[in-house]
Amino acid sequence: MDKILEVKDLHVTFKTYGGEVKAVRGVNFDLKKGETLAIVGESGCGKSVTSNSIMRLIPTPPGRIANGSIVYRGRDLTTVSEKEMRTIRGVDISMIFQDPMTALNPTLTIGNQLTEGLKQHKDISGREAKERALEMMNLVGIPSPEERLKQYPHQFSGGMRQRVVIAMALICDPDLLIADEPTTALDVTIQAQILELFGKIQERTGVSIILITHDLGVVAKIADRIAVMYAGKIIEVGTKREIFYEPQHPYTKGLLNSVPRLDIEEDDLIPIDGTPPDLFSPPQGCPFTARCPFAMEVCDKVYPDSASLSSTHDVDCWLQDQRAQLVSTMAGTRK
Amino acid sequence: MLRYIAKRFLIMLVTILIIVTLTFVLMHAIPGSPFNQERGTSEAVQANLEAHYHLDEPMYIQYLLYLKSIVTFDFGPSIKQPTSTVNDLLGRGFPISLELGLVSVIVAIISGILLGIIAALRHNGIIDYAAMAIAVLGISIPNFILATQLIQSFAVTWKILPAATWSSPKHMILPVIALATGPMAIIARLTRSSMLEVLTQDYIKMARAKGLSPYKIVFKHALKNALMPVVTILGTLLAGILTGTFVLEKIFAIPGMGKYFVESINNRDYPVIMGTTVFYSAFLIIMLFLVDIAYGILDPRIKLHKKEAE
Ligand SMILES: Nc1ncnc2c1ncn2[C@@H]1O[C@H](COP(=O)(O)OP(=O)(O)OP(=O)(O)O)[C@@H](O)[C@H]1O
Ligand code: SF4
Ligand SMILES: [Mg+2]
Repeated sequence: MDKILEVKDLHVTFKTYGGEVKAVRGVNFDLKKGETLAIVGESGCGKSVTSNSIMRLIPTPPGRIANGSIVYRGRDLTTVSEKEMRTIRGVDISMIFQDPMTALNPTLTIGNQLTEGLKQHKDISGREAKERALEMMNLVGIPSPEERLKQYPHQFSGGMRQRVVIAMALICDPDLLIADEPTTALDVTIQAQILELFGKIQERTGVSIILITHDLGVVAKIADRIAVMYAGKIIEVGTKREIFYEPQHPYTKGLLNSVPRLDIEEDDLIPIDGTPPDLFSPPQGCPFTARCPFAMEVCDKVYPDSASLSSTHDVDCWLQDQRAQLVSTMAGTRK
Repeated sequence: MLRYIAKRFLIMLVTILIIVTLTFVLMHAIPGSPFNQERGTSEAVQANLEAHYHLDEPMYIQYLLYLKSIVTFDFGPSIKQPTSTVNDLLGRGFPISLELGLVSVIVAIISGILLGIIAALRHNGIIDYAAMAIAVLGISIPNFILATQLIQSFAVTWKILPAATWSSPKHMILPVIALATGPMAIIARLTRSSMLEVLTQDYIKMARAKGLSPYKIVFKHALKNALMPVVTILGTLLAGILTGTFVLEKIFAIPGMGKYFVESINNRDYPVIMGTTVFYSAFLIIMLFLVDIAYGILDPRIKLHKKEAE
């Protein structure tokens, strides 16, 4: 299949007064054309840092891509010049942020902000840019676009602003759209509308999407594949079906158990006990050890190899090791 | 918009009336009269003079006459220099003061903003520390001390710039530096901190994610937002520069309005005191009004007109 992005062994660190935060510690994934990959995980596990690294938007210093490669259509984005990177941002890869209330500049009109990327990258007249802007406003479903172009962000509601942001990200027709919690700041009905919009856009433009979220409900709606992140690593990756119906990693199982579902009583919700490890000195073994009901002696000492359960399903857990089968059944009865 | 301006205009008038009244009260609360410093004037002559200037009338009549002179902007002749009217003095002094003030304001704003931007972009670098060291010095040294120090160094010791008066652009350099340094330092610090804050905003990250050049990001997206707080303090800075001109005109022997103002108080030259005070306060209040309107234009969220409330 047509791979457009391949992230290999990505390490990102931040220098702080307290020491070096190892925010991303060896992340691997790839993305095919037209596919939606969801990255899920608790707050602080490195989802935003991973996606910002792809755009090379990590604040440097203190941040630094310490190791690894991000290959986009044959080019390693960790090594291209900043100038070249500017021709990729917004054109080939676009990004949408969490809070539409703050993602738009309050002092510039919507029309101005919508067309500026286009004017920067394409040799295009003001008229053509406006035409394209109107086309995008229609695509994302903003009524009376002609009038709206002249308005300022404060004249838009949150949902409408997120539509503007989406239009802005898509105006140069990128191959890859990174959406970092695009619906978290919106209320539920608007969330559903925006998710629907993503589906529609993908159908029309064939754009690949990396969707970052900690809301598994969102994932269930639009993802093709899911990568589960924990303490700076992807600990399980698989198709939506594999992750939802055959989760293997204890953390993934815990995550699924802590999702409120309509068919289960509220009381049966089981949040995962404990907190993620501190990323100043992450454990050398499995970072989930302290919270894992199946933890074995080896878990704490050595990080498990990645086990492939299918061509699409990989898990980093000692339980997949044949030698662990016996122990796991014993530990499993403990609950 | 019009309603807002009309309202602000009314408030402006009330403010001026209050200042004018306060001036009148204070002026008459100072003991002494314009004539009792000059020995040798006989009682009769003094009474005659006072009658001529209505100083023998009851206070409220004097107050009303005073208001009338303000409304018509005709303060009559100076008591001390009867050959010129107050308006003559203002006409002579104001252009010079305006020149000094305006040049200083422009120098302060431009250099302050530039210094602030550079410091913010080189955050925690050597340039940042140097710029902020200059700013702290600029804020903590009063302009009259700076002025005497500048005269001492540039005019007396090194003899490269003139020490006083106002006759060529070269003469402007020292007074403008003395007057502009404080406000420049304040603007630089404020620009730096608000620029640093703006640069962490999501819309700046969004602008970077669009692949805009650093130049566009700073000047199109960041600067306008970063300057909002600067615009709000502009009014205060203008007031500071205005009062600064009094002092510096005296130090540098510049024949501006400040000179007449200070002299008129020493001489109890009532018409000149009134004229200059009213003129200064009206000028300052109009400036503040303009600053307000400028703010409204810069920030579309400020509703100068109510109709777009959503
Ligand atoms: N600029 C920075 N300086 C220092 N540490 C940082 C910086 N940015 C991120 N980190 C650290 O990197 C880790 C991962 O952060 P990241 O923002 O990627 O989390 P996340 O998974 O996106 O969480 P959330 O769901 O809360 O957005 C965190 O521990 C955070 O403290
Ligand atoms: S490796 Fe060990 S600690 Fe980590 S998830 Fe698997 S069983 Fe639990
Ligand atoms: Mg995040």
